[in-house]
Amino acid sequence: MSSSQAARPGEVPPEPNHTFRFAVLWLVTTVIALPLVIFLIGPLIGPGNGSAQSSGQGTDFTVLAVLATPVLTLVVFYLLYAVVFFRQPQGGTLEGPAVRGHARVQTTWIIITSLMVLAVAVFGTARLEADNGSGSGSGPNPLTVPSGPKLPVQVIAQQWLFTYRYPTYGGVETTELVLPNNQMVEVHVTSLDVVHSFWAYKLGVKADANPGVDNVAFVKPTKLESFTVRCAELCGVWHGYMYNTGRVVTPAAFATWIHEQQTRLAPATKVLPKYSTTYLPEPKKRAEPE
Amino acid sequence: MSLFAKKLLGVSVATALLGALIGLYVAAWATSQPPTISASTAPASSGGNRLTLMTVAAIGPKYSPTHPDWVSYLVRQNGKWIHSTNFSVPAESVIHVTIDQYDSPTGLRNAFLSQVQGTIGGTMSVDGKTVTSIPPEETSHTWVVPQLGIFIPLPGVPEEAKNACEFAPCEGAAHRTVEFSFYSGKKGRYRWQCFVPCAAGFWNGLGGPMQTVGYMDGFLNVV
Repeated sequence: MSSSQAARPGEVPPEPNHTFRFAVLWLVTTVIALPLVIFLIGPLIGPGNGSAQSSGQGTDFTVLAVLATPVLTLVVFYLLYAVVFFRQPQGGTLEGPAVRGHARVQTTWIIITSLMVLAVAVFGTARLEADNGSGSGSGPNPLTVPSGPKLPVQVIAQQWLFTYRYPTYGGVETTELVLPNNQMVEVHVTSLDVVHSFWAYKLGVKADANPGVDNVAFVKPTKLESFTVRCAELCGVWHGYMYNTGRVVTPAAFATWIHEQQTRLAPATKVLPKYSTTYLPEPKKRAEPE
Repeated sequence: MSLFAKKLLGVSVATALLGALIGLYVAAWATSQPPTISASTAPASSGGNRLTLMTVAAIGPKYSPTHPDWVSYLVRQNGKWIHSTNFSVPAESVIHVTIDQYDSPTGLRNAFLSQVQGTIGGTMSVDGKTVTSIPPEETSHTWVVPQLGIFIPLPGVPEEAKNACEFAPCEGAAHRTVEFSFYSGKKGRYRWQCFVPCAAGFWNGLGGPMQTVGYMDGFLNVV
């Protein structure tokens, strides 16, 4: 402050335009932060690009982060601004003026937050619709089904193992999940006992496995890689060990693999029940509750 | 020291003592495990190592006073049956396993597990006969190590069999003998379990011994 502007003794110095200063600070920070969020943080957000669905989820998370960034900078910088400029002066004991209601601020706040929440809801619904559930379990009758050929694969959960059944290949059941690249897969998830959850993180697929329920999810692998399948629902003492591996392979390699499984697992396939979207096998003798 | 300070100190010491005791109890409970039994060296004629197991419909009061009616595995060591489901086998070795199965059939919830997998040759022998699978409804228990890809279905003793074993020890009673060999592979700690819902008296046959290490599940330590 120059000497010509200095307040005379006893005179209250003029308040700067805090609203303008803060708005400029917030705007500049947000403009700097947004490209960083989009180009630096966005690509680091999971689950990666193992499938069309996981790539879509990455995009969605980035969009949400972009929407959240101005709110975050607003809150953080207002806090910092208040700490720096609205400090209690040394020795001062005065409290600030009481503020009781501010219609313009309150109305603006309600409108902006409502619009943001509605925008996120519309965006989320549209993305779920466009991406056929975005890799999530959509129940037995999904609202949207991708067009074109689909490979049906059934995920059967039980305490504490996942097995996989391929109904279009003679109903063969395997302990490894192998999927052909660039092929839309229709995943049917069910359970033989308690509630489990099929979670292939790298593929962006997660669907609850409920006994007696056919939970359908869609995924289109786009990368040749191995992935881990885990149970994401606490399901008993060996829940932590309920995992196995899967692979995305070329269509030719898949054809070879499934043929090998059909041959190797023929004895088991012979005694399997006819393929069904759900199974409720009754325990033979020891099912009576205490 | 003021009265308030004395009270504060007393409450603090009592709280710390109680917390420590609870912590010790939880730690002891969480880390308590049945003993790990090592596979014995197999005769030179077969080579490798040998693991001998038994399955019984009820473990009996001799081996488990707290849960005498629970279904269980036992393991043989130095001619004695030990109540444990933690085994140790050497890595990169052939392991010959014999399981004397004394329980009646319950049936598999997933018939897929009726096929033998992960053994040398993809087979096992039942009472001396080589098989690749057994009827799912005749399965009494399984010995499965999912991470090693080993799936062994164990056939049950027929219901009408005379001299059926009521509870362990069962030697001399009616039983089925299952034998197989597998390659142990890399070092690691692998869990194994029975996949037959065989816990009598529990909801869907799933609780109790099916969820307790020392009965129908445990660890295979490859060392």
